[in-house]
Amino acid sequence: MSKIPLQFRHNGREVAIFVDGGTNLLVALRELIGDMTPKFGCGQGGCGTCSVLIDGELHLSCLTLAETVAGRSIETLDGMKQGPNLHPLQRAFADNFAAQCGYCTPGMLMAAKALLDRNPSPSRDEVIEAISGNICRCTGYEPIINAILAAAGGRISA
Amino acid sequence: MLELRKDIFADERDDNLKEIGKGTQRQDMLGHVTGTSSYFNDHKLQGMLHLKVVRSTQAHARIRRIDTTEAERSAGVRRIIRGTDVPVNLNTLLSLINFGKDDEPSLAVDKVRYKGEPIVAIVADSEREAFEAIARVKVDYEPLPAVFDVEEALSPGAPVVNETYPKNTFTYHEVYDHQKLRFGDADAALATADHVLEQRYQMSPIEHAPTETNGAIAAPDTNGRYVVYTSTQALFFSVDTCAKILDVPSNTFHFIGGTVGGGFGGKVDTLTEPLAILGAMLTGRPVRYVFGREEEMQFGPPRGAERIYIKDGVMRDGRIVARKIRAYFDSGAYTRLSSYAAVKCAAHLPGPYTIPNVYGDVYCVFTNRTPATAMRGFGVTAMDFAIECQMDKLAHLVNMDPMEFRILNAYRDGDMKAHRREAKNTALIECVQVAAEKAKWPLREEYKRASSRKDGGGSRAVIPPTPTDPSRARPAAAGQQRTSYDRLPPTVTREPPREPPPPAPPPPSPRPAAPSHGATRFSSVFGTRRR
Amino acid sequence: MAVTVKTFASASEAAGALSSDRSARYLGGGTLVMRALNEGDVSISTVVRAQDQALARIDASGPRVTLGAGVTFARVLAERDLAFLHAPARSIGGPAVRNMGTVGGNLFAPNPYGDFTVALLALDTTVAVQGGFGSRDIGIEEFLQARDRQAGTLVLSVSCTRPASTEAFRYRKIARIKPKGGSVVTLAAHLPISGGRIAGARIALGSMAPTQIRARAAERALEGRSLDATTIAAAASAATEGTSPSDNALGSAWYRREIIGVHLRRLLSGQE
Repeated sequence: MSKIPLQFRHNGREVAIFVDGGTNLLVALRELIGDMTPKFGCGQGGCGTCSVLIDGELHLSCLTLAETVAGRSIETLDGMKQGPNLHPLQRAFADNFAAQCGYCTPGMLMAAKALLDRNPSPSRDEVIEAISGNICRCTGYEPIINAILAAAGGRISA
Repeated sequence: MLELRKDIFADERDDNLKEIGKGTQRQDMLGHVTGTSSYFNDHKLQGMLHLKVVRSTQAHARIRRIDTTEAERSAGVRRIIRGTDVPVNLNTLLSLINFGKDDEPSLAVDKVRYKGEPIVAIVADSEREAFEAIARVKVDYEPLPAVFDVEEALSPGAPVVNETYPKNTFTYHEVYDHQKLRFGDADAALATADHVLEQRYQMSPIEHAPTETNGAIAAPDTNGRYVVYTSTQALFFSVDTCAKILDVPSNTFHFIGGTVGGGFGGKVDTLTEPLAILGAMLTGRPVRYVFGREEEMQFGPPRGAERIYIKDGVMRDGRIVARKIRAYFDSGAYTRLSSYAAVKCAAHLPGPYTIPNVYGDVYCVFTNRTPATAMRGFGVTAMDFAIECQMDKLAHLVNMDPMEFRILNAYRDGDMKAHRREAKNTALIECVQVAAEKAKWPLREEYKRASSRKDGGGSRAVIPPTPTDPSRARPAAAGQQRTSYDRLPPTVTREPPREPPPPAPPPPSPRPAAPSHGATRFSSVFGTRRR
Repeated sequence: MAVTVKTFASASEAAGALSSDRSARYLGGGTLVMRALNEGDVSISTVVRAQDQALARIDASGPRVTLGAGVTFARVLAERDLAFLHAPARSIGGPAVRNMGTVGGNLFAPNPYGDFTVALLALDTTVAVQGGFGSRDIGIEEFLQARDRQAGTLVLSVSCTRPASTEAFRYRKIARIKPKGGSVVTLAAHLPISGGRIAGARIALGSMAPTQIRARAAERALEGRSLDATTIAAAASAATEGTSPSDNALGSAWYRREIIGVHLRRLLSGQE
C-alpha cells in the first residue's frame, strides 16, 4: 500500500507522518500522531465530536482528507492548556458542570474556542449557533452554554 | 437552580446533610476538559486489526449458503469468523442470573431473525480492507414471512420468530406466556362505574444514539489472558457473558472500562466484546470491533416499542374504581433484557394510585425487529406515558382539575398496593402540590391540605376478594358512559390473546441444573426471593 | 485496495481524471465523499482533487452572480453582496459544516440535504460543468434530472441573476432541530413582480422528490396575478402536485405532503 508523506503543524509543533490514501484527519491525528482528544462519533458530519481548528477555522476532522492539511496548522484540545494551567474555557466547563460523559467535550471546547477567538463577547444566541454542530447526548446544553458565556465574560472562579 | 424543601417530611429525616445542596466537583471532570479521559477507543495498540461484520439484508430468512471464498482471497484479510467458530454460539444475557433460555447466536447460522443480524465477521489489516471483503461475501437467503407487529405476532398462524419461544412470547417460570396482576374484581367494578374510558397507546422504538458508538478492543496478553478495552456499561456482566460465549474461565479476561461516551442503557448487551476477543484469539493480534454510526442507529438495540390498552372505570366524584391494562412489549427477535422490562412494567401497575380493582396482563413479544434492550426506566416509561395521558383524559371526563384528580386518587401511606404490599413513603401528593405551586397552578384548599400521611390505610389497606376464574362479561350499569378508542386501527382484531393457564400462585419454578459459576437467584423482581 | 488520491493543478485535468474512472469521485468539502468512505462505500477507489483557484472564485459585483463550485457556505455568508443567499447558506449544518461544505457539492447532496440547491433551483441557476471533452453550461433542472449520471462530470461554477428585491426571493427550511438539522421540507420562491403582477414565478422544493423539484402547479397559480390571499391559497393547495416524497427518519411522505402547502402559504405571505 503506497503511503503519502504529510507535514503540518499540530498544536504549534511540526509533525511529519505517512498516511494511506483516503485516510481522514481524525484517524491521522489519533492513530498516527497519538492525539486522542478528537473523538469518533459518526464519521458523517453529524455530531461534532471530532471538531478541530484548521488555520483557526472550525472543521470536522473525520470529513477532512488528511493530505489536504499539508502545511497548515491544526489545533486540538490537546493543545488548549496554557502550560500547566487550564484554558479559561476548560476552567469554565469544569466549574459549570459542562461535561457529563465527557465524550462531546473536546469538540464542544474547540467549537467554543473558534467562537471566542473571533468574537470575545458573544451573545447567548451566538453561543448556541456556534455549538449547533455539536451533539451532547447527555443533554447538557444549558451548562455548556453557560460555561462558554462565563469564559467569555471572565466570570471564572479560581 | 436546586432548591431543597426541608420543610416537607422534616420529622422523618435526621437533618444533618453535609453534601446535598452543595456543589461537588466530579472526579473525572479534569480528564474530560483536558481530553485525557480514556475511552475504550483511545488505545493505540501495535499491529491492531479491524473487525467488521456482514449483516443480514433480510428481516426473516433461512440461510441456505454462506460463500466466503472470494472474501478469503481479498487483500488484507486475516481471518473470517463464522458461527461455527464461536465456542458457545447461543446465549441470552440474563442466563447469568438463570433467567430465560439461550436464544441468540453471536453469528447467525441457519436463520436470520432481524435485518442487520450479524452472520460473518471479517478481521482485516484495515477497516477499508474489511469493508472490501464484506462486499465479497455472498449469502444465499430463503426469505420467510416476517412479523413486525406485537399483536400480529400473537395471532394464530403468525410466523415463528425465534424457535426457542415458539409462541412468540417469553416464557416466565417455564409456564406462563405473560406477567399477570389481579387485585379485586375489575370487571365487576367496571360494570358499575359511572364512566368507562378505554384507550390505546403506543410508543415506537427509541435509539439511545450515544455520541460514542458501541465498541471494544481485545488484545492478547501474557499467560494466555486477554486485555479488553470496552465501552460496556456493565463491565462484570460483559466479562461473564464473554466467558460463557467463548467457553473459558472469566479470569481469562482483564476488562478495562468504566469511561463510557454515553450509554443510557444501550451499552449493556455485550455486542462487540465476544467477537473482538475471538478475533484476537484466532489471530494472536489486537482486534478492534467498533460500530459505525449507521450500524449504531440501525442495529444498535433500542428501547423496545410498546402497545398498551387501558380500560378504566371512574365515578362521577372522581374516584377511579377499576383499571384494566393489557400491554405488549416488543422484544424484537431476541430476549436480551425485555423479559425483565415486562416484569418491571407489571410491577408498575396501576401507577402511583390507589385503585381497588386492578387487572393487568403484560406480554414480552418476539417480532422480526431489532432486539430491544435497556434504556432509562425501560418497561416503565411507556406505561407511565399511557397512564398519565389516561389520567388527564379521566379528569376531563369527570370535569375535574387534572392535578386535583391525581391528588384524589394518589396512594397514601398505609394503603394496600395491587401487589399486596403496603404503600410507604408515598409522597406523590406532596410532589403534585409542589409542582402546582411552582407552576402557579391553583389548587382548592382541601387539595392543598391533603397529605400522603393522612387518610391512608384502614379500608384502603384491605386486600379485596379476587376472583381466580376468568370473569364473565357483566351487564353495564344503566346510564354508564363508555368512551372507546380514539382511533381504532381497522385491521387489527381486538380479541385478547388466548387465555393462559389459570393464575394459580406460581409454583417454585423447576430449578435448572446448578449454575456453573455458583451464582444464586437474588432478584426480588423475578419473584424468587422471599421477604 | 486502498483509495488513491489524485491531485491536479487545474480543473480541466481533474475533470479528465474523473470522466475516465468510474470509481472516481471528486472531493470538494469532504462532507459527501469522506462520509461515504467512512461508512465503507467500496465503490469509491479514486478521489480526485483540483487546486484550481478558479473553483474558489466569487463574482458578485454585477447583476449576474457566479460562484465557483468550491466556494464554501461560510464564504457565501461572509460576502455582503450575496445577502439573498445568506438564509439558505445559514440553514446548512453547524459552523464546521459551513466551513467545509461547498456550493458545488450541495448539487449532489441527497435528501435530507441539498438545501442550497433548492435556492439555486428557484433562481434558475446555470451550472457550468466540465466532462472529458470540454466545458458547457446546463440548466439546473436538466442537471438535477440527470444527477445520478453526473458523477463523472466536474461542476465548475453556478451562476444566477440577482433577484430584483429582497421580497422577490424567499427561502424556508423546516427542520426538527434548530438551528441545525436535516430538512423535513425546504422551500424557495423567486417571485419577480412586473406591474404589480407576478411574472416568471419559480418555486423549488426540497425533500419532496428524489431530487429537488419545481412546484409547477403552484407556479401556474401565481403567474400573472398579484400576491394576495386568494392567489396564495390557490398556490398552497397546488403545492403537492407532481411531488413524490419519501419516508425517512425525519418525517413520513404523508407528513411532508400534509405540511408542504402550509409552509408554502407562510412563505408566500411572509409569515415567520
